[in-house]
Amino acid sequence: MAGLGLALLLLGLVPAGAVWPQPQLVRESPGGGRCRLSPSRFRFGYARSSAVGPGCAVLDQAFRRYQRLLRDAGPRGPGEGPEAAAALPGEDTRPWEPLCAELLVSVATPHCDGFPDMDSVESYKLSTSEDLSLLSSESVWGALRGLETFSQLIWRDEDGTFYLNKTDIVDFPRFAHRGLLLDTSRHYLPVRAILETLDVMAYNKFNVFHWHIVDDPSFPYESAAFPELSQKGAYNPVTHVYTLNDVKLVIEYARLRGIRVISEFDTPGHTHSWGPGGRIRKSRPSCRGWGLAKTTPNWSLSTSRVMGELSLFILYCFSPGSRLLDIISSYGKGYVVWQEVFDNGVKVKPDTIIHVWRENAGPYQQEVARVTKAGYRALLSAPWYLNRISYGQDWQTAYQVEPLEFEGSPEQKELVIGGEACMWGEYVDVTNLTPRLWPRAGAIAERLWSNKTVRGLQDAYRRLANFRCTLLRRGIQAQPLFTGYCDPEYSGF
Amino acid sequence: MEPARLFLGLLCASAALAASSLHQRAPPPEPLLLEEEPELGESPSGSLWPLPRSLRILPRQLQLAPARFELVHGPGSTAGPGCALLQDAFRRYYEYIFGYSKWQNQGQRQLPAGTELLQLQVIIGSKDSECDNYPNITSNEAYQLSVTEPVAVLKAEKVWGALRGLETFSQLVYEDDYGSFLINESEITDYPRFAHRGILLDTSRHFLPLKSILTNLDAMAFNKFNVLHWHIVDDHSFPYQSITFPELSGKGSYTYDHIYTPTDVRLVVDYARLRGIRVIPEFDSPGHTQSWGKGQKDLLTPCFNGEHQSGSYGPVNPILNTTYHFMTDLFKEISSVFPDAYIHLGGDEVDFTCWKSNPDVTEFMMQQGFGIDYAKLESYYIQKILDIVSSAHKGYIVWQEVFDKGVKLKPDTIVEVWIGSWYTVELSRVTGAGFTTILAAPWYLDYISYGQDWKKYYSVEPLNFIGSEKQKKLMIGGEACLWGEFVDATNLTPRLWPRASAVGERLWSSENVTNIKDAYNRLVKHRCRMLRRGIAAEPLFVGYCDHEARGL
Repeated sequence: MAGLGLALLLLGLVPAGAVWPQPQLVRESPGGGRCRLSPSRFRFGYARSSAVGPGCAVLDQAFRRYQRLLRDAGPRGPGEGPEAAAALPGEDTRPWEPLCAELLVSVATPHCDGFPDMDSVESYKLSTSEDLSLLSSESVWGALRGLETFSQLIWRDEDGTFYLNKTDIVDFPRFAHRGLLLDTSRHYLPVRAILETLDVMAYNKFNVFHWHIVDDPSFPYESAAFPELSQKGAYNPVTHVYTLNDVKLVIEYARLRGIRVISEFDTPGHTHSWGPGGRIRKSRPSCRGWGLAKTTPNWSLSTSRVMGELSLFILYCFSPGSRLLDIISSYGKGYVVWQEVFDNGVKVKPDTIIHVWRENAGPYQQEVARVTKAGYRALLSAPWYLNRISYGQDWQTAYQVEPLEFEGSPEQKELVIGGEACMWGEYVDVTNLTPRLWPRAGAIAERLWSNKTVRGLQDAYRRLANFRCTLLRRGIQAQPLFTGYCDPEYSGF
Repeated sequence: MEPARLFLGLLCASAALAASSLHQRAPPPEPLLLEEEPELGESPSGSLWPLPRSLRILPRQLQLAPARFELVHGPGSTAGPGCALLQDAFRRYYEYIFGYSKWQNQGQRQLPAGTELLQLQVIIGSKDSECDNYPNITSNEAYQLSVTEPVAVLKAEKVWGALRGLETFSQLVYEDDYGSFLINESEITDYPRFAHRGILLDTSRHFLPLKSILTNLDAMAFNKFNVLHWHIVDDHSFPYQSITFPELSGKGSYTYDHIYTPTDVRLVVDYARLRGIRVIPEFDSPGHTQSWGKGQKDLLTPCFNGEHQSGSYGPVNPILNTTYHFMTDLFKEISSVFPDAYIHLGGDEVDFTCWKSNPDVTEFMMQQGFGIDYAKLESYYIQKILDIVSSAHKGYIVWQEVFDKGVKLKPDTIVEVWIGSWYTVELSRVTGAGFTTILAAPWYLDYISYGQDWKKYYSVEPLNFIGSEKQKKLMIGGEACLWGEFVDATNLTPRLWPRASAVGERLWSSENVTNIKDAYNRLVKHRCRMLRRGIAAEPLFVGYCDHEARGL
């Protein structure tokens, strides 16, 4: 006995140009022009006007990735495809339809080897048509976003033929910081699970991987300077650790997808696992009255060196007067801190980012208002704890959050730089990470990327259900939103 | 960040929203357990799950050498190498015990005399081992296991007990830090508390690929479950390919890929049999049948909007003879395809709105003298279906509404209690009326919530209802149900396991096995063992397994 009624939301027609997250401006050619596309013969290349060309690893690799992903295009949604095509006036039969030839990318700035950062420009323009499609962007990062959009425009009819409709897109993110937190301390996540998550993040246009790498339960980060930390603090010092090479791999893999990696070394609370290695005095998780052990500065510095590519540190919960923030800023790193640091009145640099996460300390909107009023930048996670599961379509709750819905001046609103979906690890490991994360995190991705006005649940449901099937075809174990099916179903057992 | 301790308000709000927008019946609000971080320790019973009825583990350790250890038919056993079911099980359990390490490289080192376990001898005592049978509700699953140097002996009357005993034996073996396989000398006498220990899978709301069903059967055997309740069709899709009525799946399935062919069904039934698991299909009617209507003209009741047909359809049309001819032929086929003695006939949640709108139904009601009591019409229909199934020599299981509405039932009908509130009262009523019952209400595992909800399932006591000794005997078991609204092949396994394991132990072990802390210690290890055997069971809480899940 299921004892359950039918859904209010039913899968219907997916609108033209169904892309997740919804681009800022999409215009499908009213004439209904389209071309057939052969995944093996279609070509990605650099436009002559482009400031970067062959040899740019970020794009060279992306071309290869998306060439493969073209094959995973699917129907545009139940009821679409053939019917939609048949509805077009004066439609010729297939053999006379033109072939899509190539997509040329033109990037304005010549930088290719750097890391994405907070100020990276991710906007792009995409214009598709028969012989030539054009993608232009300021930076390679924007080109990556455009390639993802392009891949989602390809669709397949019932006979298996791939199509691309003539479409113009102008797109840019609403918020600069669109993050996802994974917790590798409460449960260890194999590197390949992290890499797969980075793939799916790119499909969703997330751009920050917040790596909560160590915490009370275990210390999997293998420190070159202090190997004892993981030797004694990891669940298993051989199998349940991230070596220096692992960390480098994650950072580079993320870079190639336009994703920043922010590692979090939470102190002074949440450091029980640091204790066994003997470097930090074992402390009770408390925000006050804790003095840093003498070795800590050295540890931080050496870690910074090791993880030099990381753009930021996230730190949490300092005793007033703590020296650690000074140490890190002297090393040229910015930092994000959890809201307690602000709440407890720790003196922080004006460019510090305050991460708002608490739900029980009053509505999070008030905290965002307080943080921005004090002139700090704010990052929102409070309503987006995806580890919190409940029965039903809880993606809708996450989707309906409006980050700027708090009392404050326009200047204050400017200080909200984005948000993060958090997947804490109490009940999550590699067995259930992917289905628990996707497509639920997709709701947050769209909230952070798309226009404020993109809020319709019905439309979002259709596109997200469609996108979830795209993820399945790309081999990602994304769980269903509601009853229905994908073709084909997940088969990667 | 201490996410576990906070966030209560948001959770409640979001749960309410999700529920009210989707379901007639919301899952009960969850009291949020604030997790005490459970302290992981050693259970005196090791990693055994579910806990045997009587167990003595001695301190003396014996070693098993993978190159020499054998699973064999013991002297005097009525089953021999001709018993494919056991041969298959021997191979499987050898693999479970040794298959995951690099023992092949260890060479043929001799072990000190008197410390090695050389064999497990399996002895079937009864003249009929039931090796080639299908398991049924009365199958004997009892076994005795005695591990002493140099051979262990597993005694059972029937092969079903041997299967359960092999699982237990495999759980006694552990690996030390040096890769040696060890077992303690032990004495175990074991038998199930309840005869019906089921898992419900729903392949209509989402299609489950065959492989995902088979994997689940493996996991069921690891937890000594013995019934797969296959909710095979429903409103949303009709994946069962009928030989008699191929149009049912031809038009009623999601696509041609989303179908169980007769070969698929046979494979599931046989795979289950080899693991001592019955397969009970559910063909739910007269409600929950929207998908049936696509491939069978005039089966469903046309709904009316005033004078005219509205174009939509309601439950099965109970007033046409053609309906019963169709059902007779369909159930005849089902009875031969599924060997189990029982078919689940559903009978839940019948919405009368459409019947009420239809003038022909109204007229029929008058003729029959039902007046405006549509429950009588429903009873009329169910009664006919029960007769059809009886004449196909099958027993039947129905959801509780059929009993509640006073439909006349054969005395051996099993009534499944599912409605969450007052289920103990319902158990009293059903057994008071003399019917056998199985319990599902507290075990709807599709209702997920944050935290260690396995404890909630574990703490249920099925006999905790008011009734005589005789009534209690009529409670023959229960089912963990994983309905498919939000579940498909992507999340089935981690959502079901190890949460269903809690139900597995409740239905197998003694009533007094209720220590949560001891259960936690054993279940954590049992979950890691499932991982090693290829089941992506999710974690109970913070921690790790030596061998994390493969795959991905």
